[in-house]
Amino acid sequence: MGLKGTVGDLFKKREKLEQGGGEKAVEKQKQMGKMTARERVLSLLDEGTFQEYDLFIAHDAKDFGMEKKELPGDGVITGTGKIAGKPICIYAQDFTVAGGSLGYMHAKKITKIMDHAIKMRVPLIGINDSGGARVQEGVNSLAGYGEIFYRNTKASGVIPQISVILGPCAGGAVYSPALTDFVFVVDNISKMFITGPQVIKTVLGEEISMEELGGAKIHSEITGNAHFFSKSEQECFSQIKELVTYIPWNNTRRALPYTPAEPKSFFDLDKIVPEDSKEPYDVRDVIRGVSDNSEFMEIQELWAANLVIGFGRINGETVGFVANQPDVLAGVLDVDSSDKAARFIRFCDAFNIPIITLVDLPGYLPGIDQEYAGVIRHGAKVLYAYSEATVPKITVILRKAYGGGYIAMNSRHLGADFVFAWPNAEIAVMGPEGAANIIFRKEIAEASDPEKMRQQKIEEYKQKFANPYVAAGKGYIDAVIAPNETRKFLSHAIDVSINKHEPKPERKHGIPPF
Amino acid sequence: MDCDKKYSELYVNGETYKTKICRKFAEKPVWEAEDLGKITAFIPGTIREIMVKKGQKVEKGEVLLILEAMKMRNRVKAQISGKIKTIHVKSNQIVAKNTLLIELI
Repeated sequence: MGLKGTVGDLFKKREKLEQGGGEKAVEKQKQMGKMTARERVLSLLDEGTFQEYDLFIAHDAKDFGMEKKELPGDGVITGTGKIAGKPICIYAQDFTVAGGSLGYMHAKKITKIMDHAIKMRVPLIGINDSGGARVQEGVNSLAGYGEIFYRNTKASGVIPQISVILGPCAGGAVYSPALTDFVFVVDNISKMFITGPQVIKTVLGEEISMEELGGAKIHSEITGNAHFFSKSEQECFSQIKELVTYIPWNNTRRALPYTPAEPKSFFDLDKIVPEDSKEPYDVRDVIRGVSDNSEFMEIQELWAANLVIGFGRINGETVGFVANQPDVLAGVLDVDSSDKAARFIRFCDAFNIPIITLVDLPGYLPGIDQEYAGVIRHGAKVLYAYSEATVPKITVILRKAYGGGYIAMNSRHLGADFVFAWPNAEIAVMGPEGAANIIFRKEIAEASDPEKMRQQKIEEYKQKFANPYVAAGKGYIDAVIAPNETRKFLSHAIDVSINKHEPKPERKHGIPPF
Repeated sequence: MDCDKKYSELYVNGETYKTKICRKFAEKPVWEAEDLGKITAFIPGTIREIMVKKGQKVEKGEVLLILEAMKMRNRVKAQISGKIKTIHVKSNQIVAKNTLLIELI
């Protein structure tokens, strides 16, 4: 056999392995409304950029009849490619091969491409579609999971890590996505849980479907485990491609700048925020009123909607927005929104993305459930994340900033670089009504017309404290600005912060209130 | 989004705000003061054995019944001394979490 023969032989071998679990299994995959692992990789990456490795990897399990089983690629595809011209490392579990079950060599392939991503300092994307541990391989399978988690942790804050859940991801397997930066889920396809419905029914007598227990909606809305929700795999891939444009390759770089573009005139900052601080509005309109082209990629849109996070650009530079949302639960900070903000702030800080904080909140949410759920510990995460962050930190107080909420939302006191306030802003310990009731309790009680006196005292308090000038007088606010000057101030602030350098005291690491 | 389309009122630190309420907030459990005389299932499981009878006097800490769950035989004890007022369950009955099992007076 000459060279021509061996090349032909190679192509034949390759072709066979590329078919994964074979026709029947592929058909089953299609019936579930899912693409195959290979189709997924090819449609996510820029055309013609995928290069596969370890196609010829084979398992070496010898028990329970495994020695007779051939598993193409051992149930996972790994390689490198590009998204929007940016190099990335990728792996995709192949459900058509032994249900995408994770055996030792399967895990070896994943950890090998992870090591490569860490060494090459490029983002890692993992597509999860697996029935779980390959039971026949016993403890070797558990070892495989552990080695993946270890690398997820080591890579955290060094390279961006993206998890895509396109099938079941149950038991220990869920902890790899949980350790990564962004988790994408698709309606009716993604399923994540520690303990499945069957076990819950046998042990606990509670009946629940897979979808209700750990479907895409549950993780996008209730648990907060997922960051991006979509209706189809194609929509999910477009979201990933968009996200990649906002983030840098690794922690030593900045995100690539885009051509600057003005916001659309539809979002008129002079008109979005009502004067009465008790009236709601959608803070995302304010974000779109300052961001390039009015573009904003929201993260965790459905979970803890009382706080909005996401990426946009100002003057071509990627920025992370953190904003209270008065439209939902009055924009309060609570357990979930604190977790949401804190994690996002840490991502931005790790990857050199300036943070813009838009403030309009009445404080932390009162309630027994909140106290019992540990709002003290969770709320502290926001303080920790902001104080620790050394990327440019810019705050705009849009309207009310009361009490602990004012401090937490990237105040000057936590190290904000620039704090701006709109003329209607109120920086105070609490709202005028609550404050008047406490400060003037005696006068109100003893007045001949207590209600009239109460209104009078509320008005007096408003005049005196419900404005930005007291805080500006102390230097806690750097400039009081008109709403339509906001973009100008923000883009200047980012511009002059480009060389920001804030050394930290030497330590192994801090101890955030996890 | 599973938040209301319409605005409701939310009271926070002395002020009432017009805002939307979401499913998770609306469905949060209502807090009740604990009644030590009411013994409830702290975990879903099966009643394996009932050690007491109606009208019987029991001391604080005495084992009232065995609730088997997660392969463990959990001893459910009296949290106060008193008399058994009502037994709401039978042996081998499967109970959900928080099911009222026994009332003491």
